[in-house]
Amino acid sequence: MIPELGQFALVLAVCLSLCQAALPLAGSFTGRNDLMQLARPAAAGQFVFVGLAFAVLAYLFLTDDFSVEFVFLNSNSDLPSAYKFTAVWGGHEGSLLLWSLMLAGWTLAVAFASRSQPLEFSSRVLGVLGIVSSGILLFTLLTSNPFQRLLPYFPEGRDLNPLLQDPGMVVHPPMLYLGYVGMSVPFAFAVAALLAGRLDRNWARWTRPWTIGAWLFLTCGIALGSWWAYYEVGWGGWWFWDPVENASFLPWLMATALVHSLAVTERRGIFKSWTVLLAISAFTLSLLGTFLVRSGVIQSVHSFANDPARGLFILGLLLLISGGAFVLYALRAASLESEGGFHPVSRESFLLANNVLLVVATALILLGTLYPLFVDALNLPEVSIGEPYFNFVFLLPMLPLGVLLGFGMHAAWQKMSGRKLLRQLFWPLAVSIALALVLPFIFFGTNSFMTVVGLATGIWVGFSSFLMPLGRLFNAEAVRLSRAQWGMCIAHFGVGVFIIAATVTSGYSVEQDVAAREGQQWQLAGYELDFRELRRIEGQNFTADEAEIEVRRDGRYVATLRPQRRDYPVREVVMTESAIDANPFRDVLIALSDSVGDGAWAVHARYKPLIRFVWIGCVIMALGGLLAATDSRYRRPKELRAGVKPTEGAKPAVGVPAEEGGR
Amino acid sequence: MSSNRANAWRFAIPAIVLGVLAAFFLRGLMLDPAYYESPLVCQAAPEFSLPDLADASRRVGTADFAGRTVLLNVWNSWCAPCREEHPFLLELAASGVPIYGINWDDERDKALAWLHTAGNPFVASAVDEVGEVAVAYGVYGYPETFLIDGDGTILVKHFGPLTPEDWSGKMLPAMEAECAVD
Repeated sequence: MIPELGQFALVLAVCLSLCQAALPLAGSFTGRNDLMQLARPAAAGQFVFVGLAFAVLAYLFLTDDFSVEFVFLNSNSDLPSAYKFTAVWGGHEGSLLLWSLMLAGWTLAVAFASRSQPLEFSSRVLGVLGIVSSGILLFTLLTSNPFQRLLPYFPEGRDLNPLLQDPGMVVHPPMLYLGYVGMSVPFAFAVAALLAGRLDRNWARWTRPWTIGAWLFLTCGIALGSWWAYYEVGWGGWWFWDPVENASFLPWLMATALVHSLAVTERRGIFKSWTVLLAISAFTLSLLGTFLVRSGVIQSVHSFANDPARGLFILGLLLLISGGAFVLYALRAASLESEGGFHPVSRESFLLANNVLLVVATALILLGTLYPLFVDALNLPEVSIGEPYFNFVFLLPMLPLGVLLGFGMHAAWQKMSGRKLLRQLFWPLAVSIALALVLPFIFFGTNSFMTVVGLATGIWVGFSSFLMPLGRLFNAEAVRLSRAQWGMCIAHFGVGVFIIAATVTSGYSVEQDVAAREGQQWQLAGYELDFRELRRIEGQNFTADEAEIEVRRDGRYVATLRPQRRDYPVREVVMTESAIDANPFRDVLIALSDSVGDGAWAVHARYKPLIRFVWIGCVIMALGGLLAATDSRYRRPKELRAGVKPTEGAKPAVGVPAEEGGR
Repeated sequence: MSSNRANAWRFAIPAIVLGVLAAFFLRGLMLDPAYYESPLVCQAAPEFSLPDLADASRRVGTADFAGRTVLLNVWNSWCAPCREEHPFLLELAASGVPIYGINWDDERDKALAWLHTAGNPFVASAVDEVGEVAVAYGVYGYPETFLIDGDGTILVKHFGPLTPEDWSGKMLPAMEAECAVD
């Protein structure tokens, strides 16, 4: 009875989403207020029923109702309760329901926040969100019903994939989906603008906080995924260019470009059609990611349910939603006129370069991700496209981007003297390069070309991000930085931290794979590892071999690590649980692999300098985004509607433009 | 600024790119790796001999069906698509098609209980405890069905539940045709 209640809620949600898709849009073209006013109640109702369906599914998991196929396949009565709950999104059907819930949540938030916007505009935005939502909900209901009963039913479930039985998995998917799905909001704004054939700076001002919000969740989601992969499957790696990872990274790159392009559109009323294109593309890449992950068109280490019928449905959805938007773009984009121009040396130029480089990176990574598909269709040579390709095509545009970033932040809008900019930034640049040359010798005793390039870029980005606040500190007359400007500085500082950490950890990690037995001692990057003991332990739903390895440095005790090799009997899966001694400056990671006979075990030992800052950098970026998204000018609906020209920053302070930042 | 016509084309580029990508995706879906013809097709079926599900002291293996065209079905008691194809397997068995089973990733008593309640389409089922046959036959998941002719050549490898359409559209023609060896 309870599962049917969930199913019924889902059906009602579909009905409401169809209303939300059709009626307000129809109203906006016929000028009927009554139809337009249906958008908000429909959005609220949809949220209630999707929420109910989700709650029902969670309840079914917590009460071990194995008569429901999805619960049967992804849970087990021995599973700890917390994981029973997260198992809701441990499989395809539940993931989709989570997707829908996130979308309903974003839609509800937009419905609330858009009360100050013109009814015609907000009803178009909600209508477009309704189309997306009905597509996803229908997809769930027709091809991937999580409430499907299984008869005759089993008294015990198949258990959750042990890979997903992990605290990281509790937060990673919801964060990622919040970001992924959040891209539907700028998409809906863009399509609404195209439908109206009109786009002004207010549009950019409305769109910006939503975009930054979705972007920051996506940033956190990707960082969490990377962290999870690092300690759960990675044996020390933190990014694998796996198709599923790329599926989340591509929208992120596009969203980053969009955030910057929106800054120009809001500030200067130019780049309009480009901004709209980015908004549509970012969400298209989100949908594409869903398609790639869910259809199994490209095999990946993350194996999810593969089903061609589902693949066809999502492809159809992609064509309907993104294809429709792109066709609309082709018809209407020409009518979005620029309100001015700019000079080659100006904030606009730097942001344009930012956009071009990010789009190039996106395109090349997309190409690599889809390469297996092209190989089949075009009989291309079977080249294995892996990490070297992706690292190359990513770094090629990103290093220049890092260099330009420092300049762009300090360039004035419209026009600026290039010589002045260079003069102002010469010393920070010189200091960054000098530090990059010297620091590695001090800390690691060696250096290399790529390390210098990476470090110089990272230090330069981090350093230049704080020139602006520092300048204010020593200049009493300067205008206070707005919250958005702080956000920009902090997010860019995070980028710098990330680049430094990524450079150091890829340049100076030490990786060892040894066959070791009890009593054996060996060295890892200045640490002594002492294999003390191997024992057998029993967990709630697994048994494990656990090694006890003591880590010492110069004879002094550092930590005791207990890596495990777990055997989950229900799924017949063996998992490696690595053990990590972490401090901010380095990780020592040990993973127990296989028994190699005679009491010896294959042990993976890793020394990873600065690896924590890879994720800390991402968190700093997201924090910057949070500040920028909550800037007070997004919370003044009255003024927004009046649409006055921006007043701040009329007179740039010497050396540092007073404009709000290009984030 | 170029002419309006040129402009219009420029704005259509994204739609065209998406269209081209979609065509590749459609093709990719049809070529889904899980549905690839196995490299084993038209090759000799790897030999095996494993304990019988019904009686562990007996052996079931390729030797049992030498000289006959048979279906070899990889199954277990808990996989939902296996249950989906089960009635059709019963139908085939009733019409005289010899079906051998590979019971993989399962427990003996549960497997037997399932066959007891749902009916047994198999002449015999081999228990593949360590996945030895599954690896030799390149099995992606359950269920998978192999059509093997009297010479011990694999004619068809079918992934997913077997439907009457697959039987008449894939299996029957394969029995008629010569194996096209690459």
